[in-house]
Amino acid sequence: MMRQLRAEWTKFRTVRGWVTGMALAGGFIIAFGLFPGMQGTCTDNKCKLPTGPQGHLVTDRFEFAGQTLDGDGSLTVNVTSMTGELPPGPNAEQPRQGLTPWAKAGLIIKDGTKAGSPYAAIMLTGSHGVRLQHNYLYDQAGAGAASWLRLTRAGDAITGEQSADGTHWTKVGTVVLKGLPTKVQAGLFATSPQHSEASALLSSSGPSSVTATFRQVSQQGSWSGQLEETELTGSGDIGPLVSGSSGLGVSVTQALAGTFLGLVFAIVIGTTYVTSEYRRGLMRTTFSATPRRGRVLAAKAIVAGGATFVTGLVAATVAVVFGQKMLRDNGVFVHPVTTATEVRVIVGTAALLALCTVFGVAIGVLLRRSALAVTIGVTGIVLPYILAMSVLPDGAGRWLLSISPAAAFAIQQSAVEYAHVANNYIPTEGFFPLSPWLGFAVLAAWTAVAVGLAAVVISRRDA
Amino acid sequence: MRTAIHAEWTKLRTSPGTIWLLLAVIVSTVGVSALTTAAMTCVACGGDVLKTSLTGVQLGQAIAAIAGVLMMGTEYSNGLARLTLTAIPRRTRVLTAKALVLTAVLLVTSAAAVLGAFLAGRAILADNGFARLSISDGTVMRALVGSALYLTLIGLLGLGIATAVRSSAGAIGTVLALLFVFPVVSLAVSDPDWQRKLEQIGPTSAGLAIQASTNLSELPIKPWHGLGVLALWAVAGLVSGGLLLARRDA
Repeated sequence: MMRQLRAEWTKFRTVRGWVTGMALAGGFIIAFGLFPGMQGTCTDNKCKLPTGPQGHLVTDRFEFAGQTLDGDGSLTVNVTSMTGELPPGPNAEQPRQGLTPWAKAGLIIKDGTKAGSPYAAIMLTGSHGVRLQHNYLYDQAGAGAASWLRLTRAGDAITGEQSADGTHWTKVGTVVLKGLPTKVQAGLFATSPQHSEASALLSSSGPSSVTATFRQVSQQGSWSGQLEETELTGSGDIGPLVSGSSGLGVSVTQALAGTFLGLVFAIVIGTTYVTSEYRRGLMRTTFSATPRRGRVLAAKAIVAGGATFVTGLVAATVAVVFGQKMLRDNGVFVHPVTTATEVRVIVGTAALLALCTVFGVAIGVLLRRSALAVTIGVTGIVLPYILAMSVLPDGAGRWLLSISPAAAFAIQQSAVEYAHVANNYIPTEGFFPLSPWLGFAVLAAWTAVAVGLAAVVISRRDA
Repeated sequence: MRTAIHAEWTKLRTSPGTIWLLLAVIVSTVGVSALTTAAMTCVACGGDVLKTSLTGVQLGQAIAAIAGVLMMGTEYSNGLARLTLTAIPRRTRVLTAKALVLTAVLLVTSAAAVLGAFLAGRAILADNGFARLSISDGTVMRALVGSALYLTLIGLLGLGIATAVRSSAGAIGTVLALLFVFPVVSLAVSDPDWQRKLEQIGPTSAGLAIQASTNLSELPIKPWHGLGVLALWAVAGLVSGGLLLARRDA
């Protein structure tokens, strides 16, 4: 096998077109990554955002009526009404009456009023029922309808309860806020996030608001003052920051826009690596030297795939590391991601390109005609992506991005999806239907099928 | 010139793949349009119904490009180019003849493909509750004629690039990169000014402006101007191919 690998490597590195193509593929990925096309307004720390207790960037804006609670105690309230205003929809010009699904009103206990500080809150929502949330990332659902809410503090533990009538109470859950000081802020709050709507071909998004009426407020424990019955109108959110139309800024994936061009090169190289041997009759010599033809296929796949992987790895690293820096220098807000995510995006991009090359090798063997093979390879991967991003309605687009080779672009997703944060989690906003590695596995499966067929065909057919 | 055209027509007519490629242009255009329109549900019944029913052009263009590329590409891959140029030493005449034959064949094929896609899309969309489009409408007529011209121009672009590159794989790779990379990059770029600029110069995004029937004032480029941009791309491809062909060894 080493001999075949060496032979194929010699062929690969001595053909000028393939080496140039490889260099161009890497060059384009880097060039697109460093392309200074985007300008933002986040210079000089203007977009400094609060950080939550877990180190995530968070949104922490709400209307608050509270007092200081010293030590243990509890707060009970009857939320008698929640109304709200929505932004104009796809088919409407004027703001409309209504509640966005994640409009929130209820009780909150918080470690001071500094944005990003730890908290626990029980709330009624627009259409997700009673929820007990804490520290931005965590969310628990209550059971059934309720209009009465209670929040009780005992040491670090905070318990949320709900009731439909104010006499029969059901516990929603208990959460622990480690290191909560003795004196905390506690009271009533209301807030309502960005409202997004998507219909067949249109989508719209804008700020919403909620107005909640609080009655029969009762406090137990040592409070700095009495909480009055009141009405609060709020707009904003308490939760982790998301990218997309309801969020802010872009993700590191932005720096990898050149992947598509790199992918075309990868497929052309993979395909011609095989078809040119057939065209020039070199394949006969190759098969005479290595009569076990499966080995020839394997050697070609390893050499071409390996060369693309290394090129892709270098190019993606440069694009992500320096592209991100350039975007930030231009004042664009780039969502920070963990190093693990960054490594996954970079290695995943290289592996994606390598698989495309191997796919190209396999369809080159199957079709032996370069123009047809290249077209099938490129359109098979890129066209589903374009259709899902531009014309198809959300459901059909998600389906296409789950079964076609284009599913593999999920490996480049760095934006995080939170079930309890309102956002348009759709492909056009950078949210893929499959998880990164599952999406990648879809392309791997397509490639495996193509390579399997090629292995059968190459042994049975005259060269 | 007539002999050159006759020779090219004979070559195209007798090569076994031609008829399959042309059928594939029609089948893929109609097929993708039918599948896309079938996926549409009439929630608000908004959006560009006409453009949606012509989505198949996105796949049809790739095959039209192959037809253009192979017209020159096969000459180089099997050495026929030397014979052709011996028979007709005025090389630009060879390219002109190829371009004329390709234009005629692709115009007929793409007219059938676009009309088929429109009729299929209209029937399916009407079943899904969308408004029924009328073929006598000026916007509809412009989109249909424009889409047929669009497919033909993509084929000519393929021919020009194949003449310049002399390799089928390299040429089709270049054409597909031009067709697909502009839209993908403009999707990825979130800066609206750059997005607009890219959509004005990209062969696909500018050329397909001809299919638009709603929000015409918000298009990055006017419909016929957009098709003009694509025509410039095709002419640039053919001219650079012609210049290289005239000056280079075959």
